[in-house]
Formats: sequence, structure tokens, C-alpha cells
Amino acid sequence: MGWTRKDLLTMRELEAGEIVLLVDTAASLQEIATREIKKVPALRGKTVVNLFYEASTRTRTSFEIAGKWLSADVVNFSASGSSTSKGESFIDTAKNIGAMSPDVVVVRHSSAGAAELLARALPCSIVNAGDGAHEHPTQALLDLLTIREKKGHFEGLHVAIVGDIAHSRVARSNIHGMRKLGMTVTVAGPPTLIPPFVQELGAKVSYRLEDAIGDVDVIMMLRLQQERMTAGLIPSLREYAHYWGLTLDKLARHARPDVLIMHPGPVNRGIELAPEVADGPYSVILDQVSRGVAVRMGVLLLLAGRKGGDGG
Amino acid sequence: MSLAHRLAAKIAQIDGTTLPVGTLDITLYRDDLGMRGTPVIRGTDIPFSIKDKTVILVDDVLFTGRTIRAALDAIIDLGRPTAIQLACLIDRGHRELPIRPDYVGKNLPTSHRETVAVRLREHDGEDRVVIEEPEEA
Repeated sequence: MGWTRKDLLTMRELEAGEIVLLVDTAASLQEIATREIKKVPALRGKTVVNLFYEASTRTRTSFEIAGKWLSADVVNFSASGSSTSKGESFIDTAKNIGAMSPDVVVVRHSSAGAAELLARALPCSIVNAGDGAHEHPTQALLDLLTIREKKGHFEGLHVAIVGDIAHSRVARSNIHGMRKLGMTVTVAGPPTLIPPFVQELGAKVSYRLEDAIGDVDVIMMLRLQQERMTAGLIPSLREYAHYWGLTLDKLARHARPDVLIMHPGPVNRGIELAPEVADGPYSVILDQVSRGVAVRMGVLLLLAGRKGGDGG
Repeated sequence: MSLAHRLAAKIAQIDGTTLPVGTLDITLYRDDLGMRGTPVIRGTDIPFSIKDKTVILVDDVLFTGRTIRAALDAIIDLGRPTAIQLACLIDRGHRELPIRPDYVGKNLPTSHRETVAVRLREHDGEDRVVIEEPEEA
């Protein structure tokens, strides 16, 4: 299976073979993180622009580290402090960045479809680093790499994704990816936070945490995205934490002893995840972050290294 | 990789020295990224220090020398060896860089458009070197 796409926009458009290629490439690149000199010349002379219209800690930092370890020149743009505050539109800013001949633009934006809009407007490769509540493919890829390393395979695994599914691009990207790799996905949360038609993506639905985590290999807890909520979707944070917060006690009573606890970050400690769980033996949250750098190296390498690309 | 293991086994047979063997992936050091299709990364696995050691690079076929150029950079990124030497089973000529092997199994005159395939028992069930003519288009 080769890589021919100009852009990485969604997990939905990828074939299973392409997902495995990305995960395999990332797995092989992890070794670079263990070296004394963490730099290889693969993307020497390439320019990567991080175009971030939304706050980010992990994703932006790990794209930057990934680009630098591959010897690309990495430039960070954030909407605050830019001409966006002078009224320049998204597409105008993007075209201006495009006029500086970058090889890859990594974009995060609060609107679904922002990455695809750029992919049509610019000749360089576009990587979607999160567009609204739509998709976040590199997060799903690093989740998949973490799962395969801990469980050894994909086929037949059962994953529960718990919490604010409605606002979660991480959930959507993971459902698409996991279903293609032969995994079972159950989404669970209060009815107001479960989007309509989620079954059409191939996910099962549960409205009770205790039922959802009972027979799964992986529990992926999501952050309650209060900044995207307009109306009162939950009665109170305390009530949400009571019914939907994952505690050691609930794990001990309902989950398997070998379950993995994942979270895409940032964690609201004491709301969706008790601190003892976030820092506990089941948690692979920081493993996810480490894998994130390898995944983003793999993505940059495959996009810049595709045949007939800008490589040379 | 099997060639390196075989050489190490022979050396162990002859004088009882066990030499560490590792694998170097040079994809990230190539000068033709984007010209060959999807880069396949298999990963470097050298679980020992090469600092102040003599390293013998082993390759099956020496051709343009570009792979070895990339390998030299890749090795030096991992540490500073005392010396790097090159052993190859087949030297088929047509060098494009000033690189020469220290140890050669066989010099094999070839034309530029032929390909040379080394088959090893470990992978292909037989030990054999084959010169292949490209099919006329």
C-alpha cells in the first residue's frame, strides 16, 4: 500500500491499508525519540507552517517537534497576534501563507471543513489538526498506535468512548478508524451529548457508564467541551461528574483488570476523570502524547515523500 | 541483514569472538525522497553503542554508492565510531560517488539497465545471485 494523497483531512476518507501504513511508519519512527541526537535529515529544506486558530498544547507542540526532528523548518502561526485581529479572513490569511511556498500547512480551526477548504485553495499538503467537531485524524492515529502497542493488534478489540461525544472530533475520527480496522466501538454519555445518527457511523450507544465499560479492552474518556456548549446540556458539573466521571471504584467494580484508560487531553481532573485514574496503572495518557510525535513525523514524511510530490 | 548475521557467525566460528549485529534504516537519509514513491520505514535497531568501535557496514549489492553515502550519515548520527568499513557481496560497478568497498565477495560486470538480485536462504529459500534483464517496453 503506497501513499498518494496530497492531504490528510479525515479518517473517514482513508482505507484500512492507508491507516495501517501511517501507524506502521509512525511505529518505526519512534526510535528517533530514544537517540542522543534527535534529528534526521529527511525533510531538510521543507517548510511546515502550523496555522492554529484554536488553543492547543499537545497538537501544536508535537507537530513542531515532529517537523524539527525531521529537519523541516517549522513556522508557527496563531490567530492571536496576527492580522486576523485586524479583520483578515481565514482564506485570505491562508492564501498569503500559501504565497510563501510552504510544503505542508497544518491547520486547526473551530469550523468543520476548514482543512478541506484550504486543501482546495492551496497547492501544498494540508494536515487537519482538528476542525470544529468534525475530525482530528492525527489524534485517532496516535490513539490507534498506542492501542496496538499495548494490545498487540486491532481486530476484535472493543473500545468504549465516553462523555461529550457530540462536540468531539476525536470521537468521530476514532469511530471511523476503529470500524475500518475491525474494532467494535460503543459510545456512551448523557443523551444530550450523544449526537443523532451516531449509529450510522457503526457505533453502538449506551446511556450508562457502568454498562459501557463492562466488557471493553479500552476506555477512552473525553473532555467535557464547555467552550462549545451553548445551552444547558447537562444539569451541573457535579451531577455530570457523579454519573459520568470515571473513578477507581467504578473501574474496580465494572471494568476488566487489563483495561486501558485513554484521554486525548486536556483532562478536567475530577470531572470526567478522577486524578487517581488519570495517574493510575491503567492510564496510558502520557504514552498517547509520546506516540503523537511519532505519528506526526510519519504524516509529514508520507505527505512530503509521496511520489511526484514536492520532494527531491 | 542476514548477510551481516552470517558474517558474524563465521567470525565467531573462526576465532570465538561474538560481534554485535544491528540494522540500519537509511530511508530518512536518502537524497531521493519524493522520487521513489512511498518511503517505507522499517526502523533502525542498533541496541549497542558504536562509539569508539570499528563498524563494518554490510550490503548485498554495491551499485551507485548512494545508499552507502546515506548509511555513513545515518551511522555517524548515532555516535562517533573509530572507523567505518564496507563489505559487500557483489560489486556491480557504476559508482556515482567516491566510495569503495573494503571487502568484496565478487566483482560482477553489469550493464546499467540490468538489476542484480541477491537471494538468501533465510528469506528466499536458496542462496543465489541473479542478473535480471528488464523486459523491453
